[in-house]
Amino acid sequence: MTVSEQTMPKAAPRPSRLRRLWEGISIIFASKVAVVGLIIVLFWVFAAIFAPLLTPYTPTEQDYVAQNEGPSGAHPLGTDDLGRDIWSRLIYGARVVLVILPIGEDFWIPGGTAIWGVILGLLVGSTLGLMGGYLGGWVDEVVMRLLDAMMAFPVILLYMIIIAAVGASATNVVLAIAIVGTPGIARLVRSLALDIRTRDYIRAAELRGENPWYIMFVEILPNARGPIMIDAMLRVGYAIFAMGTLGFLGLGLPPPSPDWGSMVAKGRQYILSGSPWAALWPSVAIASLVVGLNLFADGLREESLRYQ
Amino acid sequence: MTEDYHVQSPVLKLEDVAISYETRYGDVEAVRQVTFDVHRATTFGVVGESGCGKSTVAFGIVDFLGANGKIVGGSIKFQGRELVGRSQAELRKLRGDQIAMVYQDPMQALNPSVTIGDQLAEVLTTHRGISKAEAWEKSIDMLSRVYMPDAANVMNRYPHQISGGQQQRVVIAMALLNNPALLIMDEPTTALDVTVEAVVLDLIEDLKRDFDTAIVYITHDLGVVARVCNYVGVMYAGEMVETGPVEVIYGNPLHPYTQGLMRCVPKLGSTKESSILYPIRGRVPAPKDRPKGACIFAPRCDYATDRCRTEGPKLREIEPGHRARCFCSEEIEAAAWQPPEGLVPELAPSVEVEEKPLVEVRNLKTYYEQESKSLLSLVGLGEKLYVKAVDDVNLSVPAGKTLGIVGESGCGKSTLAKTIVGLESPTGGQAEFLGFDISEPVSERDLNLIQELQMVFQNPDSTMNPSYTVGQQIGRPLRRFKTAPPNQIHDKVVDLLNAVRLDGSYYRRLPRQLSGGEKQRVGIARAFASRPDLVLCDEPVSALDVSVQAAVLNLLMEIQREHGTTMMFIAHDLSVVRFFSDYVAVMYLGHIVESGPAEAIYAPPYHPYTEALLSAVPIPDPTAEQKHIRLEGTVPSALNPPSGCVFHTRCPRRDMLPDGGKICEMEVPPWRYNTEEHRIFCHIPLEDLRQMEPVVTTA
Repeated sequence: MTVSEQTMPKAAPRPSRLRRLWEGISIIFASKVAVVGLIIVLFWVFAAIFAPLLTPYTPTEQDYVAQNEGPSGAHPLGTDDLGRDIWSRLIYGARVVLVILPIGEDFWIPGGTAIWGVILGLLVGSTLGLMGGYLGGWVDEVVMRLLDAMMAFPVILLYMIIIAAVGASATNVVLAIAIVGTPGIARLVRSLALDIRTRDYIRAAELRGENPWYIMFVEILPNARGPIMIDAMLRVGYAIFAMGTLGFLGLGLPPPSPDWGSMVAKGRQYILSGSPWAALWPSVAIASLVVGLNLFADGLREESLRYQ
Repeated sequence: MTEDYHVQSPVLKLEDVAISYETRYGDVEAVRQVTFDVHRATTFGVVGESGCGKSTVAFGIVDFLGANGKIVGGSIKFQGRELVGRSQAELRKLRGDQIAMVYQDPMQALNPSVTIGDQLAEVLTTHRGISKAEAWEKSIDMLSRVYMPDAANVMNRYPHQISGGQQQRVVIAMALLNNPALLIMDEPTTALDVTVEAVVLDLIEDLKRDFDTAIVYITHDLGVVARVCNYVGVMYAGEMVETGPVEVIYGNPLHPYTQGLMRCVPKLGSTKESSILYPIRGRVPAPKDRPKGACIFAPRCDYATDRCRTEGPKLREIEPGHRARCFCSEEIEAAAWQPPEGLVPELAPSVEVEEKPLVEVRNLKTYYEQESKSLLSLVGLGEKLYVKAVDDVNLSVPAGKTLGIVGESGCGKSTLAKTIVGLESPTGGQAEFLGFDISEPVSERDLNLIQELQMVFQNPDSTMNPSYTVGQQIGRPLRRFKTAPPNQIHDKVVDLLNAVRLDGSYYRRLPRQLSGGEKQRVGIARAFASRPDLVLCDEPVSALDVSVQAAVLNLLMEIQREHGTTMMFIAHDLSVVRFFSDYVAVMYLGHIVESGPAEAIYAPPYHPYTEALLSAVPIPDPTAEQKHIRLEGTVPSALNPPSGCVFHTRCPRRDMLPDGGKICEMEVPPWRYNTEEHRIFCHIPLEDLRQMEPVVTTA
C-alpha cells in the first residue's frame, strides 16, 4: 500500500517564450482566410517600406513622351497623364498611409496615417467607452449622447468638415480618422466593459478599494484586447478607404503627393478615351488593401471562436 | 430489486464505446471503453465529476456530438439494433420518438416564443401524424401526469411565465409524449433549487412505475443518484470504472475511485465527527495525458501496484451484477482505509468565544428599487416598488468562529454578504464591524477597514483576472495595503501559495493554466493575503467537483483556525455547511428564520422551512430514512412578500396551530429561544416544535 505523494503538486512547466509566440502565430495559419489577408497586407507593407528598391523612378518624375500609356516593359503598370510611373506612385503612396507619418516639414515617425489615426481613435474611444461602461450612471448618459451626436453625421461629411476646417496635411488626416473612428470604438469598448464588470475579479478589486481608473485601465481593458484589436484592424481598412474617398473629392494630400484617391480622380477623365490605367490601378490598390485587412481580421476572429 | 436482470434483453446496450473530438491539435479521445446496459423500467445513473465524459456518452447515444465529435469504436445497440454508423436521417426518426432527451437548462430546451401547448402538440403531430386537436388533448393529459397544477391553463402560457421547476416538468412531459423506450436525462435538476428539485425527483421516481421507460440519468450528484437510480455506473476520466446496483455501489464500493468519492461527499451526518470530508489527492488527467496502457486512476490511488501502472485493467465482474475496472478489488478492504499523512489538516483548537461579537447587524434592510414603468413614476409621483432582498435581519458573529448562512436562491444571502462587505448600500438598519460603522459602501471606507474585510467568490473562472499571473494577483493586496515591503512581496506570495497547498512554481502561471480547484485556492490566498479579520465566502465550493470541494473546504478550515479569522460562509447546501460551521443561520425571502449553533439546527426543534430543506436534500445513502416533506408552490416574489410570516404561503406545519395558522398571515412571528443561542422565528410554541422528529435517521 503505497501512501504518500507530494501534497503540493507542481504546476506544469511553462512553455518557452518561442513556443508561446509560435502558438499565437499558429492561430493565424489555421485560417486560410486570415493567411490570404495577411499576404495581401504584408505585400503592401513591404512594397511601401522597400519602395526605393522596387522601382527606378520617383513618384514625381514626369515623362512627357510617355503619357497615359498602358503596361509595358518600362512601366509595369503604365503611366498617368503626366507621364509618371503608376507603380511608383502606388508604392510611395502606400508609404504615407501605412508606414511613415510626416509631422511638419522634416520630422517623421514610423507608422502611416491610417495606423496612427486608428491608434489615436483607440486611445480616446477606449477611455470614453470604459468610462461609460464601468462608471455607468450619468457619466454613461453623457458619453453616449456625445457619441450619438458624432455618429449622426455621415462619415464622409464628417471627414470633409474636419479637413475643410483644419486643412489637408498628414497630421490633420490622422486627427480626422481618430475623430470619425472614436464613436465606433467607444461603443465596442463600452459593451465589453459592461460585460467584464460583472466578473468577480472586478468585485475583488473594488473590495480592495482600488480607484475606478485603476479598475478601468488595469483590470478591465487588458481583457478586452481581443475584440478591440480585431476591430482596430478593420478600422485601418475603413480609414484607407475614407482617405481614398477624400482624395477622390480633392480633399486629400495636396499634389504632387501620390495620394491614391486623387490618382483615381485625375485618371477618371481618361477612362473612356482608352487609358483606364491611371484610374484602375489605384482603385485596385485601395480595394485590395481594404479587402486584405478585412480577410485577416475576419479569419482571426473566426479562428479564435472556433473551438470555444 | 435485481429481478429479471439477466432475463430480459436490455433496451440499451453499450459495449466498449469510444468517442473522440477533433481539435486544432489533433483528435482527443474523450471517452473510451464504456460498457453498460439499461433495461425497461429501470433507471441507470451515470455519475462522475466534470470532464469525465458522461454528457459525451449521453449525446453519443443519439449522435448529437456536433461537428467535431465522432464515435470511433464500440457498439451502441438500441432494442437490439445497432446505432453506430446510422445516417442522420434515420437517427432523426428515432430521436424524440423512441429515444427522448431532457437537458439541464429548461429555458434552453423550450422555445421562448411558442406557447407550451404548441410545443407539446408539435411533438405528437410530427411523429405520430395525428390532428392538432387530438394532440392538444393528449398533451393536457400528459401535463397532469407530471403533476402540473392547472394543466389546461398552462398550455396557453409561454415558458417564461412559469417557474423553473414547472418548466422542467414541461420538458419531461414533452419527452414522454411519444412513450419512448429510452429516456436520457442530462443533469435535469442541477439548475433547480433544493426544494424544487425534490419535487422533480419524486416525479422521476414515479416515471419508472407509470411509463415503463428505461432511463439513463446523468449527474454528478451522488445524493440524487441514491434517490432515483436502480443501477449506477461510475465514470472517471472518460472510462467507466464501476457498475452495479445502487445499494451495492454505495454500501460496498469496489473501485478505489468510488471509495474515494464516497468519503468526500458531504452527508447529513448525525455528529460533526462523522461529517469529516476526505479529499482524493491529485488531479484528473487532461484528455491528452491519459495513458492507454495503464490504469487511469493509478496516479491517485492509494493501492496502486506496478501492474496497475503498466497494464490497463478491464471491466470485470467481481460479484454477480457488480463490475469494477481494477486488478486489486478483492484485496482492498475499504473499511480499513486510513487517511494518508497530510490529507486532512491538523486543526488548531477552536478559540473561546469572546464577549463582543466581531460583526453585529441590527435590523438591516437592503432594498433594491424597482424601475416602475408607469407614467406617474416618470414625474416621480408613482408608487415606488422595492425588491426586499434583505428585510430586517439581526445577527452577530463571534470572533474567530464560522457562521454558515444557508438558503435557496432569492433568499437574500448574497445580498446580505454584499451589504456587509460594502458592495451594496443598506437601506436601513445598522451594521458594525470591530466597533466601526460599516453602513457605507466600500468606496467610502477607510483603507484599514477595507483590509480587514475580504471575500472569496463563487465562480473560480471569474474570480481571477485572466490577463495577469497568479503571483501578480496575490501580490496586489500586499502592495495595496502595504502589508509587506516591496522586496519581500515575492517571498510572502510564495508563503501564501504554500499555505493553500500550491507549489511556488505557480507564481508565474496564468489563470487559464489552472484547474477550477487551483483557481479557487488562489482566490483564497488572495483573500487571506492581507490577514483580514473577517472573510466572507460566497458559495466558494458550489462550482467545484465533489473531490475538489472536500480539499478546498478543509483548506478553508485550516487557514481559519490557524489565523483565528472569523468567517461567514454562504451556501445553498445544508450538508456542506454542517461540518464547516460553528453557527448556522437559515434564510428565506430576506429573513433569517432560524439561527444557532450548528448541531442545534440539524436536530429538532426545527423551523418548518429548515425541516423542509433538510428533507429535500438528496442524501448519498440509499439506506437512510428521510422524511418526505414537500413545499407547495414556489418562492413568492420579493417585490411583494407575504404579510405576517413570509413563509406562511408554503408552510407545511400550519396545522400545528389551533386555527390552522391564521395568525401566520397577520402577525410577524416572535423569536422562540430554544437555548440562549438557538432561536426560531415562528408562531408555533416551543413545546410543539420540540415534539418534531428528526428528519434524517441513518441505518
